[in-house]
Amino acid sequence: MIPGIVHWLTDPANWSGPDGVPTRLFEHVWYCALALVVASLVAVPVGLWIGHTGRGRFFAVNLAGAARAIPSLGLLYVLVLWLFPKLAGDSAFLVPTLIVLVVLAIPPIMAGAYAGVEGVDPEARDAARGMGMTGGQVLRKVEVPCALPLVFSGLRSATLQVVGTATIAAVAGTGGLGRYLIDGQKVQDFPQMASGALIVALLALGLDLLLALVQRGVVSPGLTGRSTRRGNTPVDVEIDPAGRTVDAPAR
Amino acid sequence: MTWFIDHLDDVQARTLQHVYLAGLPLVIGLLIALPLGWLARRYPVLYAPFTAGFGLLYTIPSLALFVLLPGLLGTKILDPVNVVVAMTLYTVALLVRTVADGLGAVPEDVQQSATAMGYTRVKRFFAIELPLAVPVISAGLRVAAVSNVSIVSVAAVLGIPQLGLFFTDGFARAFYDPLFVGIIACVVLALVFDVIIVLATRALTPWLRATGDRA
Repeated sequence: MIPGIVHWLTDPANWSGPDGVPTRLFEHVWYCALALVVASLVAVPVGLWIGHTGRGRFFAVNLAGAARAIPSLGLLYVLVLWLFPKLAGDSAFLVPTLIVLVVLAIPPIMAGAYAGVEGVDPEARDAARGMGMTGGQVLRKVEVPCALPLVFSGLRSATLQVVGTATIAAVAGTGGLGRYLIDGQKVQDFPQMASGALIVALLALGLDLLLALVQRGVVSPGLTGRSTRRGNTPVDVEIDPAGRTVDAPAR
Repeated sequence: MTWFIDHLDDVQARTLQHVYLAGLPLVIGLLIALPLGWLARRYPVLYAPFTAGFGLLYTIPSLALFVLLPGLLGTKILDPVNVVVAMTLYTVALLVRTVADGLGAVPEDVQQSATAMGYTRVKRFFAIELPLAVPVISAGLRVAAVSNVSIVSVAAVLGIPQLGLFFTDGFARAFYDPLFVGIIACVVLALVFDVIIVLATRALTPWLRATGDRA
């Protein structure tokens, strides 16, 4: 198995042209990035609003739970059948894939955002109010910065799922790294499938690492304890453990 | 609706297969994750490598795992065992961190009280720490259950019988009925799993109801 993968990965023929790894990798990243940006634009504001006001929490939790239960493969097929005659060219494949990935990415991102805001130390919030900050200022200057670790945790969880699920989009005719799995399976080309799987896993890892680095840069050092020299400072913000699993639907 | 009634036998058989493929790994995965999570909590050196390391399993796309496992296990590509193993790996990936965090959330004074009352380490784990960690572990298990139900359907691309076959059938014939039946059956199944876990958690944590605390 290993020699087959090494042979496939080192074959220059697999690294150029429309089927080459760079092209497929770019397509894959492009779908995922687009889906994650759209999902974040929807889920982060809604999640912050729910966390800040405490309203609509029940509705959001249940909607997110239901969205999570929808099988991506089934949704993809329905959307392709429904939208394909209505759309032209590449978008006929791209739009259904994007919708599936956005539906997949919204629940964890939204859960991270509202759990993050809810988990903010009430004393910090009260102190901000006491200083005369308006609701919007409290949200912007206190709640959002304090919620960032969990917002990132939700985003990273969504990224892992989106990168993995984007592979099944290939069954509907889109590009991306899933092509190696689907095309390889048709002709029983095991090294091709294994190489494709390996590249997807590495991509997921690489993106997670990238987001971890961004998180390090963006999250205030006062929250992570990196600025203090006390040895027993918690390595992360103190979040109650039920909330630490960002995916935890309810505490 | 008529299609659904005409194919009730199929729906029933595939639902049962789906329950088996998604449910069994939850049980096995939990049994594997418990000792691993305990180790990660008992030896702090292991916490980061265990939670991150097993979390890595989740980065492998499901389709890839279904395709690669036969090569690693020596099974046939259509063997349901591949799906059970793959889903178990995902369950473990999600639960090791949850178990470790759940055990870590048991208050220090509770543990000391137990020790002072003469509990040995083993007895303390089963009688005190594990029960108190149930609400956190259950939250993780609910996520794993819902995601398992969805991921299992991907195995239909390879032709392994379960509810996902309705998706491939429906798509191949451009016929919506089986697609919708399959999606609804998956969502209902996920809901049923969720309700079972919630009820089991309630039964295992009677003190939460007694004190009016939320799980």
